[in-house]
Amino acid sequence: MTLSILHRVTGVALSVGLIVLTIWLVALSTGAAAYEQITALMQSIVGRLLLAGFSFAFFFHLCNGVRHLFWDVGKGFEIRQANASAWSVVLATSVLTLGLWLAL
Amino acid sequence: MAEFLLPANSRIKKGKHFPASGESTNIRRYAVYRYDPDAGENPRVDTYDVDMDHCGPMVLDALIKIKNEIDPTLTFRRSCREGICGSCAMNIDGGNTLACTVAADSIKGDVKVYPLPHMPVVKDLVPDLTNFYAQYASIKPWLQSRTPAPPDRERLQSKEDQELINEPAACILCACCSAGCPSYWWNSDRYLGPAVLLAAYRWLVDSRDDATGERLDYLEDPFRLYRCHTIMNCTQTCPKGLNPAQAIAETKKMLAERRY
Repeated sequence: MTLSILHRVTGVALSVGLIVLTIWLVALSTGAAAYEQITALMQSIVGRLLLAGFSFAFFFHLCNGVRHLFWDVGKGFEIRQANASAWSVVLATSVLTLGLWLAL
Repeated sequence: MAEFLLPANSRIKKGKHFPASGESTNIRRYAVYRYDPDAGENPRVDTYDVDMDHCGPMVLDALIKIKNEIDPTLTFRRSCREGICGSCAMNIDGGNTLACTVAADSIKGDVKVYPLPHMPVVKDLVPDLTNFYAQYASIKPWLQSRTPAPPDRERLQSKEDQELINEPAACILCACCSAGCPSYWWNSDRYLGPAVLLAAYRWLVDSRDDATGERLDYLEDPFRLYRCHTIMNCTQTCPKGLNPAQAIAETKKMLAERRY
């Protein structure tokens, strides 16, 4: 249940995040000054935290989405399997998010 | 629509405390939701100290003891006391289950007993299941056969065909799963809920039933079936160990396969 509501929350967060990404792209096409301004904003502590949240939302939604694909073909419905896939999603999301930020 | 706060007249207040009368040291505290629609008051949680030396092991035993010996106004449904009638479905220690199959010993701390969540309360632990039963009737839970039965015997099934309906037919309609489903909380006026969809599946896979097409037509609806988002609370909470989530997924697959 926790992962289910988190799937929805991260879905909403991704939609909002895409608006931010669009603003960034618009700034890029507007010119160097606007682009530098928004890039500076995103490189601030708050900006980085938001981006970290966005990447977490992206990876979580991706991994849990794969879990849903298995359910859609009728696999993994035993409680034991569902718990195992839930923890796998948590683990994969953590590894991918941390890995991305360590690689940057 | 989703509601995040209870309406003002549904908020739960602190209730009365009933201390144990005897000298027993083996005391268990029960915190029980109480609501009387005739009193015009908010619901409250009463606490009862139960002497476990003179009480059966199950939560239902304690509720019966409370009603018999401490507070006869406590109201709840119960019948078979062995997990087959589904009457004593309620929310115990935060999970929907049958009071007769949960041992008090399996719960840590005070035993918290509430009615099934997000159902109208008739009184105390008795939920109003009118909508639930109407939805069950809507899926036509009976055999619809177009062929006449053999004159000299029953409609026989192969062992394999029987095994398909074994599990879904074991549902006792206690409503634990539906009352545990967030989709059902928000949309119970239009979404059928896990228990009824499990019952629908039981007839979809019955080899003797000839109305599979009509049954699927009825279910092919954004709300009736597709409000299920595989939250898995139904399977997690089922006191009979059944798997409504899987039955719903299989139903969705049947609809997808029918289209292509």
